[in-house]
Amino acid sequence: MTTALTGGRRLLAGSEAIAESMVAAGCRFFAGYPMTPFTEVLEHMARLLPGVGGVCMNAESELEAIGMAWGAAATGTPAATGSTGQGLSLMQESLAEITLARLPLVVLDMARGQGDYYQATRGGGHGDYRHLVLAPADSAEAVVLLGSAFDLAERWRNPVLVMGDYYLAHTARSVTIPDPVERAVPDWGLDGSSGGTGRAKLVSFLGSRKQRDDVGYDLAAHYADCAEHTVEMTRSVEPLAEVTDTDDADVVVVAFGTPARYVQAAARALRATGVRVGCVRPISLYPFPTEAVARAADGARVVAVYENNQGQMVDDVRLAVLGRAPVTFIGGLSLDSSGFGIAPDLDVRILTGRIATALERVTTS
Amino acid sequence: MVDDFVPALIDVGAHHLCPGCGEPIAMRIVLEAVAELDLTRRTIAVFGIGCYTAFSNNLDVEVLQALHGRAPSVATGVKRARPDSIVCTIQGDGDMVSEGLQEVLHTAARGESVTCIMLNNGVFGETGGHMSAATVVGQRTKTSLEGRDPALHGRPILLASLLAQIEGAAFVARGLVNSAGNVARTKKMLLRAFEAQDRRAGFSFVEILTMCPTGWFVETEEAPDYLEGHLAAVHAPGVLKDEVDR
Repeated sequence: MTTALTGGRRLLAGSEAIAESMVAAGCRFFAGYPMTPFTEVLEHMARLLPGVGGVCMNAESELEAIGMAWGAAATGTPAATGSTGQGLSLMQESLAEITLARLPLVVLDMARGQGDYYQATRGGGHGDYRHLVLAPADSAEAVVLLGSAFDLAERWRNPVLVMGDYYLAHTARSVTIPDPVERAVPDWGLDGSSGGTGRAKLVSFLGSRKQRDDVGYDLAAHYADCAEHTVEMTRSVEPLAEVTDTDDADVVVVAFGTPARYVQAAARALRATGVRVGCVRPISLYPFPTEAVARAADGARVVAVYENNQGQMVDDVRLAVLGRAPVTFIGGLSLDSSGFGIAPDLDVRILTGRIATALERVTTS
Repeated sequence: MVDDFVPALIDVGAHHLCPGCGEPIAMRIVLEAVAELDLTRRTIAVFGIGCYTAFSNNLDVEVLQALHGRAPSVATGVKRARPDSIVCTIQGDGDMVSEGLQEVLHTAARGESVTCIMLNNGVFGETGGHMSAATVVGQRTKTSLEGRDPALHGRPILLASLLAQIEGAAFVARGLVNSAGNVARTKKMLLRAFEAQDRRAGFSFVEILTMCPTGWFVETEEAPDYLEGHLAAVHAPGVLKDEVDR
């Protein structure tokens, strides 16, 4: 076991690659609670952070994990937390308010399947807020996206979610961990030192500065500020997608995360038999790569959406396609008895069958 | 003269808490303790949600707003990230004993070097006067209109007494602010609690019983006696644990 953080290719299980890349990206505070398939990330962070002067806390529940990360983030320390979907459910109130407090925070969802798409992109918490959401398809991509996540969180003072899953956590792959990044402590970070100056700092979801009057916080003004900020963030962050073979495609398949690799393999297999299949793999789920999906749909006879759930991303695909072609859902809930997200349907033969059927249906009708 | 008095680190001007509320008195001695120990430029106050939250807007120390019950975990994150800072929480009894019991117990158990401060008036004041886990038997609130009845509502949790049993806690005390003498005694507890933190002795806790005539359905001038006779009779004042020098 090495704690070396210099670049170089190493064979690492996904959880370890994720942990190493977070530390390399400058993360110096992590808090979590054991839950499958997130647990190993917590273990690796506990092992790695002390060596770089960071802190890893095994909190008493997910509620306190995000609380601790909140406190650390408020000091300007690059902080992260995570769990699986169920644990993220517990964290939702805090996630909503951390966004209103304008704090950077990287949040991992090591999901069980793909049923957390709505939770991540619609925000499972109360009120109206947005998080940036990134969905790597494998650990090599996760390593890169985690670096981006910390950059984006810092730049936009907003939580950034990174969606992983059981496959990502437990697949070993040769990856390159980037060189360590140093992050400066931001001006707004708390350390006590502005006390007594007449301008002592505030980090709060009720407002960005103390009113120092007898009227109190103006929530309407604060929420309006936050909304304006969300619009600017959504407009400015470049959506990401991997687009393959869509120029002449009759059927375009849209899929995200680990299952997308199977879909891409199925698409290649079908191409080899003469079927014109293309793929769009959204990498940013928010902002959703609407334009990339729309362009890919131009000229296609059908857009098929594969995801391991009852149909969530398909809504965003329909909005993007906006009638250019029919959109059909070829996914579905596929789980083994453990419930941890091992999907029997992730089989290239099954997927080629569904893609071919989707095309047949529009061709013969 | 009273008119010449300027509270340390709190804006001069009117607050909108009820006449007779004990929370402004408690806030004053907390900030005085910070100023007297020369901790002003190191202190970060983590606020819960209650009537006292209004003060977060008017303090000249750094403030971090947390959710109801959840200041101790946030304070833990602050202190672990900035170990040289002085971190305290300001929470009511509804916040700390009802919603947040898990948080404060675990924070004490871990021996976190933070100072949790509970303003205990035995009610959820901000929402209009409802029963909290600290409400005493017989106390009338909007959710215990005939008075808290053990058969229906159980008995209050005496948080300071619980915390005193936790090994990670170095200093645990309960004070009142219903008389000049009690205010002075409570302030000494706060000074000792911050000292415990500064000397990294472990978790420190001060419970401050405050008047709430509105929440108790009593006249303003009756509140100090009500506090003494009803709340302090159950949440007994005193230093429950002092192992700062161990």
